[in-house]
Amino acid sequence: MSAMPLPYYVSPEQMMKDKAEYARKGISRGRSIVSLEYPDGILLVAENPSTLLHKISEIYDRIAFAGVGKYNEFENLRIAGVRHADVKGYSYSRGDVTAKALANAYSQALGNIFTQDIKPFEVEVLVAEVADGNHSKNEIYHILYDGTIEDEKNYAAMGGQADEIRRFLKENYRETLALEAAIQLGVRALSVTQNKTLTEKDLEVAVLDRTKERRKFRRIPPEALAQLLRAGG
Amino acid sequence: MDEPLELFGEFGNPSFLDLLRRQSPDLLPRLAVEPGSEPVRAPHGTTVLALRYRDGVIMAGDRQATEGFQVASRRIEKIFKSDDLSGVGIAGVAGPAMEMARLFQTELEHYEKVEGDNLSLEGKANKLSQMIRMNLPAALQGLVVVPIFAGFDDKLGVGRLFKYDVTGGKYEDTDYWAQGSGGKDARDSLKKRWKRDMSREDALRVAVEALLDASDEDVGTGGPDLIRGIFPTIKTITRSGFGDVADDEIRRVVETLLGERARAEKAAG
Repeated sequence: MSAMPLPYYVSPEQMMKDKAEYARKGISRGRSIVSLEYPDGILLVAENPSTLLHKISEIYDRIAFAGVGKYNEFENLRIAGVRHADVKGYSYSRGDVTAKALANAYSQALGNIFTQDIKPFEVEVLVAEVADGNHSKNEIYHILYDGTIEDEKNYAAMGGQADEIRRFLKENYRETLALEAAIQLGVRALSVTQNKTLTEKDLEVAVLDRTKERRKFRRIPPEALAQLLRAGG
Repeated sequence: MDEPLELFGEFGNPSFLDLLRRQSPDLLPRLAVEPGSEPVRAPHGTTVLALRYRDGVIMAGDRQATEGFQVASRRIEKIFKSDDLSGVGIAGVAGPAMEMARLFQTELEHYEKVEGDNLSLEGKANKLSQMIRMNLPAALQGLVVVPIFAGFDDKLGVGRLFKYDVTGGKYEDTDYWAQGSGGKDARDSLKKRWKRDMSREDALRVAVEALLDASDEDVGTGGPDLIRGIFPTIKTITRSGFGDVADDEIRRVVETLLGERARAEKAAG
């Protein structure tokens, strides 16, 4: 009778540390995303040279999603989010679909994967909801690879160089920035850690535009973006 | 045969209907009617129509829901936007028909978000046909839903419209179609008035006139109500999207047509 191979012991503390380090390494290799609140909504800017594989997308009427890290992993989360939102909106009403519930669902899912699976997801995601009127506020949730959830105000950054970008935004962000200025600031923030100028070819930009009818999500196509980047600069 | 499907699992499935089947089958609009039971009495939507014109298609419907010989509602909407480039006009039992329109709208939007691209107009029309087929058991018990689907085909650059039968059979019509209890009367009217490549103004007039004729002949169809200020719903679907025609504009068309008819009556009598 052969002896059962004894599983070698790793302390839970060490295991979590290793997993976290693994996930952070994966995320830090990727390019960053920033989000800025402006008077008419929420702006999302990603460094993304692909025009077909999106990092920023629509989830529901007032809710957008952004992901950094491994594409297949955040794409999986995005589709799960669209499914969650559409089923909820269909079974209750469109107004009952909220970013908060979705962010919590992401937090639970990522937390479970982090503790239970051998390999954690190498992603961070942002869930943004634009306020519908005067009585509510924009909501921006930032969820990390281990399920940690934070709500952000005014601006948010995630991805490889998030810390430097956040520092830059802290110094330069103003609540009154109009869309054009907000985009220019977002792009400058993304290039703060690299010595090249980002053009419309390197960027993916979308907004949750409060002034739009029902579906607030709107992509800003490269031609329009080029104009916005040149304007006033 | 189904190996590739299994490999992908449900990951790439952009259908909201399939999602409900897997995840929340209780939400599927399936009316379980016992065979042989008494037909259910429920409000019916009456007349909807769609016609092609120069810029795309116009969809229109009266505002009345009828239950037996009673008016169930004077203000229901029968034309629903299904996405930026298409709409559904519902005729038949109002409850399941509205639910079908809502499910269809969610289906199209879900597809668009998951795939990052729109379904083709043909694809949308086929999807609606599957939903009508789902309703067949209820239809056999009298809960018939027969919508009209119309939209702008951005690949071909034209407006197109589709009619259905109760089994989900889909038939494209090149010119116009009307459905519901006053459908035949509206079609008779459209047959005389419809012309190829009409302007928006002419097409509005033809649509309103067809609904007037339907309300004249069919007790279920509601005419324009000048006292309460209730007018037919009219939507345009063109290259630039799904648009409402304002009540004021419809009121002017209605008043012109009624004025012409009143003068004709006077001259005749």
